[in-house]
Amino acid sequence: MTTPRSNPPAPLNLTVAVHDPARRRALKLVGAGALGAALSQVAGGIAFAADAEPLKIGLIVTYSGPYADYGKQMDNGIALWLKQNGERVAGRAVEIVRRDTAGPAPDLAARFARELITRDKVQVIIGLDFSPNAMAIAPVLSQAKVPCIILNASASDIPKKSDYIARISFTVGQVSAPMGTWAGRQGIRTAMTVVADYSSGADAETAFKTTFEAGGGKVVDSLRVPMNNPDFSAYVQRIKDTRPEAVFFFFPSGDLPNNFLKAAKERGLAEAGIRLLATGEAMDDSYMQAAGDAGLGLITTHHYSTAHESDLNRKFIAGYAADNGDYAPNYMAMTAYDGMAVLDKALTATGGKTDGATLMGALKGLSIESPRGPIEIGDKTRDIIQTVYVRRTERLENGKLACIEFDKFEKVQDPRA
Amino acid sequence: MSGLPIVLFDGTVYGMLLFLMSVGLSVTLGLMGVVNLAHGSFAAIGGFASVVLVHRLGMPFLLGVPLAALITAAIGGVLEAVLFRRLYRRGPLDQVLFTIGMVYVWIAVSTRIWGAGQQPADLPAFLQGQIALWPGAEVGAYRLFLLILGGVLAAGIFFGLERTRFGARVRAAQSDRDMAGGVGINVDRLFLLSFAIGAGLAGAGGALAIPVIGLDPSFPLKYLAFFLIVVSLGGPGTVTGSLVAALIVGIVDVAGKYYLPGAGGFLIYALVVAMLIWRPQGLVART
Repeated sequence: MTTPRSNPPAPLNLTVAVHDPARRRALKLVGAGALGAALSQVAGGIAFAADAEPLKIGLIVTYSGPYADYGKQMDNGIALWLKQNGERVAGRAVEIVRRDTAGPAPDLAARFARELITRDKVQVIIGLDFSPNAMAIAPVLSQAKVPCIILNASASDIPKKSDYIARISFTVGQVSAPMGTWAGRQGIRTAMTVVADYSSGADAETAFKTTFEAGGGKVVDSLRVPMNNPDFSAYVQRIKDTRPEAVFFFFPSGDLPNNFLKAAKERGLAEAGIRLLATGEAMDDSYMQAAGDAGLGLITTHHYSTAHESDLNRKFIAGYAADNGDYAPNYMAMTAYDGMAVLDKALTATGGKTDGATLMGALKGLSIESPRGPIEIGDKTRDIIQTVYVRRTERLENGKLACIEFDKFEKVQDPRA
Repeated sequence: MSGLPIVLFDGTVYGMLLFLMSVGLSVTLGLMGVVNLAHGSFAAIGGFASVVLVHRLGMPFLLGVPLAALITAAIGGVLEAVLFRRLYRRGPLDQVLFTIGMVYVWIAVSTRIWGAGQQPADLPAFLQGQIALWPGAEVGAYRLFLLILGGVLAAGIFFGLERTRFGARVRAAQSDRDMAGGVGINVDRLFLLSFAIGAGLAGAGGALAIPVIGLDPSFPLKYLAFFLIVVSLGGPGTVTGSLVAALIVGIVDVAGKYYLPGAGGFLIYALVVAMLIWRPQGLVART
């Protein structure tokens, strides 16, 4: 509706300069005629929009509680894509129905999915920030044959749970495995792993160990840390006394990575010749600035850095900043932005058909250019295939920390795919 | 393995932090009989106050922390007069529901003001890095600072409660509120003051802890279990009990994670269960 279709004010402006009443009347008629023509064009536009009903999208994500940021980031990413693309997905207006799970709540997610499908009649479901929520809605999707695009949940198995799930975010194994290979190529022979004691932590530990040992290295010790661990002194001391050449750590984004980095700096792990390696969770955009100097020099592997060098990413970052000011985007906003692009391309390919089988057919093997680089939805796996970057945390001229990409692994998929 | 002395040192420091953040809870529980689950919010208020003072306004760390504690004490005093006072004569269920609700209110308010992310808490240069106590025994400069400061504060609290007129009144009100009122002690004002002091100590603990354990809006909920463990192990209302319990928890936690990382996270909970079976009334029972 925002696209200008004609320029009617020009003849109207003329009336101001004319003083003869009769001519003024005549010109007014001309002006009114022009306005009328413009109005009929607008009406035509409305009629066109009414032809194709708005695309109804169900968005299941977190809007309240400690993870309220997730929903906010995704909303902003979606709004930005729509704004940059004329508020339309494949030529259709969009209606988004939002549901808030307030964190990991599988029962609630499944109920929302059922309601969205049966009562709100959504044609596609997107979002899903937590893996248990994504797992819980899988049977609902299979039964109703409604496609779902996962925008964050990163447990390895999710796309296997339903034929109607496609994922465009990432998996923990996908970003952990390249680190093992990279470390081996640097000539690192011994490493220790430290991970949070939950399923994703175990995924990271296994993925790193597999590729690192395949490259001839050896993982000398593996520590698992409880999720609620305020003080890291004991673990860091143990690492320092074990003296591996490198330590690979994985914690969910939040306060744990920073607490670990601070303890590592205090105890001088880098000075003791122990290199710190991690996945991008350690440098999540919402938390990384709080790491301060303790984060400098950390090597991470991840699929997206807001500092990625590409025209599309610059367009994404600039557009986001224009709409949201100091509230910086993170990978969730970027993935939600991609979600709209993927849906647009898939629906264009199906000629607007939204039934489960047709839309899933279009999603399989679909590839787009994303702010993170080229991405593809696996033909058979329905899971994300993308470039994983190796980045170093550096301080920019404006004083902010950023992950600067310096090496990459192309077309990486989940190691268990 | 250079082990034991360092583990004992780290454990003691961690215990000191737990003590500072929990001792106020022990006082309010013992003295006023309020199960204040919102106690962690005061530690978080102290943390946020120090972030604002030190990082936004550029105040020196050593000035910012005591000021943050004072601000927290003032807020604690106001909340006591407005809200908590109403809870003293209510049952524990009302208290628990009310104070846990306050935690959520606080989380929402702080998310609104500061966002959901983690706050920066860099230390001044002279507290960074390590100091060699003797050759081979390097300890974190900030941890040494915490140990000394924690010791001084613990001694101050102990002295204040056991050796001053104020402390005697507090202890009198604790054993019999009505009788204390009857002999002319202004119990309301006493409660207000002790509550504010407890909040202030939590604020100081929070401000001192965040360079080690970080700070985000969910702080009061995340560490609630640790505060409750310290208070229930030590026995509500006793400063000595809280100190001993906090040190035991700190040392067992650090030692467990160092020597037995596989079981380390579980160890302190096993300890709590065992100790509470042994002494359900706490290490130092209230008389």
